[in-house]
Amino acid sequence: MQMTAAQALIRCLELEGVEVIFGYPGGAILPVYDALCQSGNIKHVLVRHEQGAVHAADAYARATGRVGVVMATSGPGATNLVTGIANAYMDSIPLVLVTGQVPTSQVGTDAFQEVDITGITMPITKHNYLVKDAKRLPAIIKNAFHIASTGRPGPVLVDLPKDVAAETIDFDYPKTVKLRGYKPTYSGHRTKILEAADLMMKAERPVIYAGGGILNSGATAELMDLAEVLSAPVTNTFMGLSGFPGDHPLFLGMLGLHGTRYANLAVTHCDLLIALGARFDDRVTGKISSFAPGATVIHVDIDPAEIGKNVRVHVPIVGDVRQVLRGILAHLKKKDRSGWLEQIRQWKEQYPLTYVRDGRFKPQAVIEKLSRHTRGEAVVATDVGQHQMWVAQFFRFKHPGTLISSGGLGAMGFGLPAAVGAQIGLPDRLVILVTGDGSLQMTMQELATAVDQKLPIKIFVLNNSGLGMVRQLQELYCDRRYMATRFKFVPDFALLAKAYGLAGHTVKSEEELDRLLPGVLSSPETVIVNCLVDPEENVSPIVPAGHGIDQAIDC
Amino acid sequence: MRHTLAVLVENNPGVLARVAGLFSRRGFNIDSLAVGRTERPDVSRMTIVVEGDDRVLEQVTKQLHKLVDVIKINDITPDEYVDRELVLIKVNCEPARRGEIMQVADVFRARIVDLGRKTVTVECTGNEGKINAFEESLRPYGIKELVRTGKIAMLRGNRSTSLDGKKDDE
Amino acid sequence: MKKSGAEILVQGLMDQGVDTIFGYPGGAVLPIYDALYDANIKHILTRHEQGAAHAADGYARASGKAGVCLATSGPGATNLVTGIANAYMDSVPMVAFTGQVAQALLGRDSFQEADITGITLPVTKHNYIVKDIRDLAMIIKEAFHIATTGRPGPVLVDIPRDISGGEVEYKDPGPVNLPGYRPVLEGTEEQLNKAAAAILASERPVIYAGGGVINSGAHEELKKLAELLVAPVTTTLMGLGGFPGDHPLFLGMLGMHGSRYANYAVCEADLIIAVGARFDDRVAGKFDRFAPGARIIHIDIDPAEIGKNVRADIAIVGDVRVVLNQLLPRLQAKLPGAWQEKIDLWKKEYPITYVENGRLKPQQVIREIYNVTGGKARITTEVGQHQMWAAHYYTFTRPRSFISSGGLGTMGYGFPAAIGVQVACPDEVVFDIAGDGSIQMNIQEMATAVNYNLPVNVAILNNGFLGMVRQWQELFYNRRYSYTELINPDFVKLAEAYGAVGLRVDKAADLKPALEQAVRTNRPVVLDFIIDREDNVLPMVPPGESLENMIG
Repeated sequence: MQMTAAQALIRCLELEGVEVIFGYPGGAILPVYDALCQSGNIKHVLVRHEQGAVHAADAYARATGRVGVVMATSGPGATNLVTGIANAYMDSIPLVLVTGQVPTSQVGTDAFQEVDITGITMPITKHNYLVKDAKRLPAIIKNAFHIASTGRPGPVLVDLPKDVAAETIDFDYPKTVKLRGYKPTYSGHRTKILEAADLMMKAERPVIYAGGGILNSGATAELMDLAEVLSAPVTNTFMGLSGFPGDHPLFLGMLGLHGTRYANLAVTHCDLLIALGARFDDRVTGKISSFAPGATVIHVDIDPAEIGKNVRVHVPIVGDVRQVLRGILAHLKKKDRSGWLEQIRQWKEQYPLTYVRDGRFKPQAVIEKLSRHTRGEAVVATDVGQHQMWVAQFFRFKHPGTLISSGGLGAMGFGLPAAVGAQIGLPDRLVILVTGDGSLQMTMQELATAVDQKLPIKIFVLNNSGLGMVRQLQELYCDRRYMATRFKFVPDFALLAKAYGLAGHTVKSEEELDRLLPGVLSSPETVIVNCLVDPEENVSPIVPAGHGIDQAIDC
Repeated sequence: MRHTLAVLVENNPGVLARVAGLFSRRGFNIDSLAVGRTERPDVSRMTIVVEGDDRVLEQVTKQLHKLVDVIKINDITPDEYVDRELVLIKVNCEPARRGEIMQVADVFRARIVDLGRKTVTVECTGNEGKINAFEESLRPYGIKELVRTGKIAMLRGNRSTSLDGKKDDE
Repeated sequence: MKKSGAEILVQGLMDQGVDTIFGYPGGAVLPIYDALYDANIKHILTRHEQGAAHAADGYARASGKAGVCLATSGPGATNLVTGIANAYMDSVPMVAFTGQVAQALLGRDSFQEADITGITLPVTKHNYIVKDIRDLAMIIKEAFHIATTGRPGPVLVDIPRDISGGEVEYKDPGPVNLPGYRPVLEGTEEQLNKAAAAILASERPVIYAGGGVINSGAHEELKKLAELLVAPVTTTLMGLGGFPGDHPLFLGMLGMHGSRYANYAVCEADLIIAVGARFDDRVAGKFDRFAPGARIIHIDIDPAEIGKNVRADIAIVGDVRVVLNQLLPRLQAKLPGAWQEKIDLWKKEYPITYVENGRLKPQQVIREIYNVTGGKARITTEVGQHQMWAAHYYTFTRPRSFISSGGLGTMGYGFPAAIGVQVACPDEVVFDIAGDGSIQMNIQEMATAVNYNLPVNVAILNNGFLGMVRQWQELFYNRRYSYTELINPDFVKLAEAYGAVGLRVDKAADLKPALEQAVRTNRPVVLDFIIDREDNVLPMVPPGESLENMIG
């Protein structure tokens, strides 16, 4: 069938089952927008800054497991996506981004709103394309979705010059993908699987260390089976949180820099570390030579490049975590490890995760209340900073994929647009945003999008009038010389909410919050709850820089 | 240790930038990189010489594999292979001493490709060791300008690293 | 004396005369912020790193000094990218410092690691990652040198945490020596003579002046040249303010949204004297139809600009001011003639104007801002229709008074830029002329303006649309308004939530009092002008057309 490449693009998206696009129009992408508004099948969410579009699509992907799709114009539209692309890349989130580009004849001439976005995003995309031939567009879109969503997922960018978009082509959507250089391995190597199963049966003190790969591959049920069959405790990376039930007796909580002491102790003393879809990030391992020093390491990951990148691995298994676990489970028998579990129980008792209740309004209390009131059922988006760690520590997640947060890049400003994307993907679920006063300001323009789309997001600002995490680091490492981390001025978020046509409340105590919470959580509106919490509160425990993770201190 | 990698890549624009960018951001050291077309118009081949221990080499290989445009990578270091590099050297040389230079060139089977009033330009091909030795032999005369292509390499015998080829003996 | 990397950076900034930096802290820049704690440098904390980059850019454009911004690794660095690209496209001297993870963690996808030198390769004049603390002092010196000389542009310096936190015996780095970077400042005799001959022989010259005039400080020389030759002057958007807007020889802006008389003059000229301009697509329209009957003299500091889009008959590579000073003595005064008469006739026949219809017109608003500020304000703009109206209806009479995102066309530039301008010019009246779409992009910087009590005035021309895109959809896509209508916050209440002043104006009669109040107020003010919703920027050269084919 004859159509313009822009129309073909929309047709491709329909055939990929895309239901929603997050975007912002502009000159170079006009032909695509013109085709888009004539398609009845795809919803478009107009954000207020392109960074909002990419974070929203990212969260939509995390919440639904589908590919997030973004559209932006050339130049600033494209560069405004960069942080969001890097964020999705670091956290392995499937995204397809279409950017407009100046006409082919002007590419490379510093034309109006021209940037070399394929060059710029080379280090932060799984792959990217500049479409030079309209006839190639359908195959490129097919490839883009395939690459983004298979193997280790990631963002793929397609840059489409305006003249190419306007060209007429014979539309034919390829049924198969032909990519010589891209063939992910899914099933683990059989002998390695046997070796792993054997080690698991022989180990005395195993610990399962599970990352975001559990969620990406949908391996949460298998993870549960593994833990229960082996009677092995499970610790999650930040990215892995919600991949194992927060109230399960085998759960150790998060490990690493701000992990629980018992998770960190368990890892330090284990004789077998079963790493599943995790990548031994610096925030997880602390001083690398002291990380699980006595352990044999099994590492299961879809990305071969992660294996052996940071630590030495004894049994590497390249494959999809879910498939590999199924293979391993077939060779396991129920194992009782009461001695090891008793040791862990003692550590849990000795070093519980807690905070000082001194009568001041504690941010941790807000999270505990949210966790209790929602019975861990809510989808929780966060920003980056102290509040993020408190969510990780004190919210007991029940369902996979319900924590939506920026792990690898640590991008402040992710939260609000992420909540928008999550709520659009999951219209019937309760979506909560926990954010800080610094983070919320970064992308607060998206409050207009939340209103525009009538999204009943509940926003809790743990407001400590500053950049709490950096302030905490300055307290610890810079002798309390607080430089540029305490805001002289913070807007009144409750009033701000009203300026956007939302409901806004300010609370100063736990009691006030208790009174407000039931009404807020059941409200059909977008609500901001501005919690004026203790500004000096720290995230504790913390592993000091350069130390092993068993050396955590309270602060 | 130095490793020689034969890397087949899609003949797409930007593929060199992707590989170069990868090496730079991952902190891998390239000794030399030569790129050119192959027996197939849609495939280019890079010969990359990298410095690093086994861990580094493993990462280089795995990270390269993640580039969608990279089709195949072979570390041919442990194998029997032919490798060549081309060098052009312009040497200071009064006409009276041309004979000497020509003698040195003869030893290395190098060729004089240009004569200036006070210079001689020679080309030489060979493996890296030979090129190094040639360079050293000319150094006393005063090297005015020197350019090397970087190494290219190919397995010996029936074995090949081409797209359909098997590195193992067929 | 031993110094930490962070202290060397502070020392370098002081040596370069930096008095203000715009930034946002984070983990990887902790040592740098700790050193800044004791430094005699003003730090403006923005609310998003994009704000810091644009503010540094605005500061640079207003002051002529290099703008400096500072951000942490990872998202801090990537948040600068738009601002860096913006400075690159508009040749703004800027030095961006970013923190980076410690070298031991580099290349391992560590927490908040991003390959920012790789990412910004296409949008910086140059960039560095510091891998040896002994190089740091020299790199800082080189960065400022490269950013501010030749064709200015942004330079990024990425500093790993172990470098900023490390220590070394400090040595003065000595003079900069960059064999690969030697800008040419003076024109050659031969080219100058050729240019002079062409100018003297010309009967219908037009001077086409761009941002290079402002960058090199050549506005006086430009005026001399125009008056000597009685040659009409048109400027690009970037060149506005480089020639007095109230001068009888001024033609206004040329190009897509230029005046008809400027475009007609270019089309009929027999000589174009291009001064620090780059024949951008928005200026030249169809490249091969640009000034078809004219010889072209192109003066620019950047040799790569010459002949890039449009052939140059006589090319002079050099600093515009230096070259004009070389050229002027070779010329003789001319008298006005038929050419000047023709242009005056066009000016009378095709004035830039608009139709009043009882609704509040955006053009009226701009004109009134001009009247109330006596033409003396520093104006920044966002990007879109309001930007073009500001270019048309505010008469700029001095350089560095119009500050706008030209090449990249970045919505969200104007407000943080206005903050930077106000910091550079604390005693002047600063207006950000904005649209309702653009202002939302960096609205978070309202907190910065209030925090530092910067009395920036934000004039929002609120039409409830992404107006420029809507205009294109109206003209070229059959009025299919695809996702260009906006639901907006209440900007007055928003201002008040920030403790700023908010004023709404929806009729012409209230314009003057509201503006007068704004100018009097010593706090940030948001003016919400509810304007005619579907007004268009006219006249216009449709994309891909040559300049004489204007509509509207």
